[in-house]
Amino acid sequence: MNLAAARKPTETAARTNRPLTGNEAIARGVWEAGVKVAAAYPGTPSTEIMEEVGRYPAEDLHAQWSTNEKTSVDVAIGASFAGVRSFASMKHVGLNVASDALMSFSYIGVNAGLVLVVCDDPGIHSSQNEQDTRLFARFAQVPCLDPADGQEALDYTRMAYEISEKFDTPVIVRSTTRLSHTRSVVHVGERQVVPDRSFIESPAKNVIIPAHARQRHPIVIERAEAMAEWLETSSLNRVDEGEGDVGIITCGITYTYVKEVLPGAPVLKLGATFPLPERLIGDFCAAHDRVLVIEESEPVVENALKIMGLQVEGKEWFSRLGEFSPETLRDGLAKAGVLQPKAAGSTFQSAPMVRPPVLCAGCPHTSCFMTLRALDARVTGDIGCYTLAVVEPLSSVDTCVAMGSSIANAVGIAMAGTETKPIVATIGDSTFLHSGIPPLIDAVYNKADITVFLLDNHITAMTGGQDHPGTGKTLRGEDTVQVDFVELVKALGVEHVTMADSYDMAVLQQQLREAIEFRGVSVVISDRPCVLDPVKIKGPALTVDQDKCVACQSCMNLGCPALTWSDEWFEGRHKVQIDQTSCIGCSLCAQLCTSDSIRPLETPVAGE
Amino acid sequence: MTNPVQVPTNVLIVGVGGQGVIMVSKVLATLCQNHGYAVKQSEVHGMAKRGGAVFSHVRFGPQVWSPTIPEGEADVLVALEWAEGLRWLSFLKPDTGTFIADCQRIVPPFACRNRGRGAEASYAPQTPEEIIQQVHAGYAMDATTMATNLGNLRAANTVLLGALSTALDFAVDDWLATIPQFVPPASIDINLAAFAAGREWALAGEKRVDANAEGPHVSYTEIRHAQVDTVVEIVEERCKGCDICVKLCPERCLRLNDSLVAELVLPDLCTGCHMCEWLCPDFAISVTNTPVPEPA
Repeated sequence: MNLAAARKPTETAARTNRPLTGNEAIARGVWEAGVKVAAAYPGTPSTEIMEEVGRYPAEDLHAQWSTNEKTSVDVAIGASFAGVRSFASMKHVGLNVASDALMSFSYIGVNAGLVLVVCDDPGIHSSQNEQDTRLFARFAQVPCLDPADGQEALDYTRMAYEISEKFDTPVIVRSTTRLSHTRSVVHVGERQVVPDRSFIESPAKNVIIPAHARQRHPIVIERAEAMAEWLETSSLNRVDEGEGDVGIITCGITYTYVKEVLPGAPVLKLGATFPLPERLIGDFCAAHDRVLVIEESEPVVENALKIMGLQVEGKEWFSRLGEFSPETLRDGLAKAGVLQPKAAGSTFQSAPMVRPPVLCAGCPHTSCFMTLRALDARVTGDIGCYTLAVVEPLSSVDTCVAMGSSIANAVGIAMAGTETKPIVATIGDSTFLHSGIPPLIDAVYNKADITVFLLDNHITAMTGGQDHPGTGKTLRGEDTVQVDFVELVKALGVEHVTMADSYDMAVLQQQLREAIEFRGVSVVISDRPCVLDPVKIKGPALTVDQDKCVACQSCMNLGCPALTWSDEWFEGRHKVQIDQTSCIGCSLCAQLCTSDSIRPLETPVAGE
Repeated sequence: MTNPVQVPTNVLIVGVGGQGVIMVSKVLATLCQNHGYAVKQSEVHGMAKRGGAVFSHVRFGPQVWSPTIPEGEADVLVALEWAEGLRWLSFLKPDTGTFIADCQRIVPPFACRNRGRGAEASYAPQTPEEIIQQVHAGYAMDATTMATNLGNLRAANTVLLGALSTALDFAVDDWLATIPQFVPPASIDINLAAFAAGREWALAGEKRVDANAEGPHVSYTEIRHAQVDTVVEIVEERCKGCDICVKLCPERCLRLNDSLVAELVLPDLCTGCHMCEWLCPDFAISVTNTPVPEPA
């Protein structure tokens, strides 16, 4: 099938061809498949899937943010039990959290279809690792579909529901950052009417006690064999005829790089990377003198083929690391002797500079970490924007492991008994609700002497501003019950709880000092909203009086992106100036100024 | 420019988070789609919002495979910020590529870390002239000032879009019809004017550098002799070991010694900023900066 020809716009089809990102195409596929319940916890690059699902009519489906990925999968499992098609999306590391439910549910199987979309992040654009979800699918013995572009993202998502119900299994559709965030023209369809099923009372299937699990395990293995047989002739796999002795086996977005670099080569494109159709692959290998497996991340297909006894090459030419691109393929193919090495690259002379991501101008996290640095604390960090405080100039995060790790890491450091500095765990509001509550109970229960700094900015900021149970709004923007963090932590047994204003550095520092001095678990909650979401905050900008500035660089220790050097000098150092368009007037720099030279640009008139 | 009928045309749009890189690429992608081309538009979101580098690949033609542009194959590189353009310069076609960049600089705080006397921001050092003479066609425009003069500096990306329109084969009216779909209704007129201004500027020559384009700053050491001898004196009898100077020294060059008295342990890092002197509650510290006479 020629992908490009299939989506060539025609007069009549114009309205059904839309420019969609991979994530939007997946959401469309979810809606078209007749899904009635969808749940997710945000995580780059998967976040936009559930945001987009939530834009389809509420009469068609229920869409929700869940507190974490496991909860979202359990919600989807419940809906499947109840007889409607259900859906959950997450980033690759989210599947680690959800894996407990997935591993069991693989044994149980579905009533109505259940599909998980898991977005991997090769190249680690915005994650803590680049684990390969295809390994997880194999581990859980559930099929894994690997789309290559937006059209396939939609089509495979729809088809995943057919497979789920045909083979009584949850199905994973795997995306990657590049696919999720690439926009291309997608031919869209209509919503399928799927009759509701009712709950099937079958404890031997649905209640996974040891006796039942032992009955179900052989069924799981037979199921994979049956799917492999079905995949021998499925349209999910495709052979592109071509010229030459070298055949390429590939999957997912890597297919597009193969077609870019080797347009005429014979290619076997695997639509599903678990299970694998042995005869189809064997025949393809037999027809070519040499077969290269080109797959991003781990050698999942390659190793499986080698176990089958097939002579294939792969990771000796193509890295297990990072994101693929036409260049990496070209380099690998040159090393393998399939392509001529590319002539020397660009000859342009230029020396760019590093531009690392930074906390926003006015970000309430800034003062929190500056204070922790001044207090010389041992800081366990967590997942969120605030992990950026690890770099200069804030340089105040000592560890960051995974969602919710900070508090229990701090407990472990305290119990080790070797630390002389005060131990502070820092965790955002959304991360705290995701997986910070059980470790806080652990800390109280085990009488750890730690301080938990709950950085409540009233939103899931890192992923672009999603609501959570602490915001009082649902995914669709309806009002709902709001978690009261003070009451929550008190109920867990924390005796020292303080609310702090992170725009008042002196008081914040004193509050933290007191919390650190408290023996036992203390919690300090900073309570300033994110400056970007849900509303962009812009107050009156501040300005630096160039006559008074003594270039002490004290304010520059904030790392605020609104602060930069001016062309003026004082004793050999640049004075500082403030970019009026990005300054929000948080006044932290003015609080730090040693020469009292930072003032509001316009003094507000009283009464206005 | 490559004939889009044969192979994809590649346009790489780069800048800093918040500048409107995605808007430029959406206008272009929509225009291409309306002309019946296959289009792929690829960007990576996530950290970008936090003031980091942003890029968007737009590829269009009869058939597009890879969503990313291979290195050295961009027909046009549009940079909304000067140093970002230089970061991606190796993606431009060496012999036929067009480089369009706003010469305005956004200097991040990370580049202002060197506190030595006479230190400059570690920003891309080449002058716009040096860059433009290397490329086949190049425009170092002051798009930010042009947009500001039109009444909205946020329209700087549309000024560059105007310059981009001269490098691609789409009719002006098609551009003008597409832009209003992607800008707030109140700023449509300004954006159309910005587009016209950018287009007109680029049509005036294949290699142009705006007269306002800044070269590197003249460094302090070039205009003044910057050698200063810094002495930090700490009066032991007055110091009570409160730790304030140690904790708040920007360069972290002070420590409490074994007898709990503050001590300058890393004199090479000391910038003579006076912070410890001003903060000491007991007036125990004095910092003197004495200019070293210029050698004869």
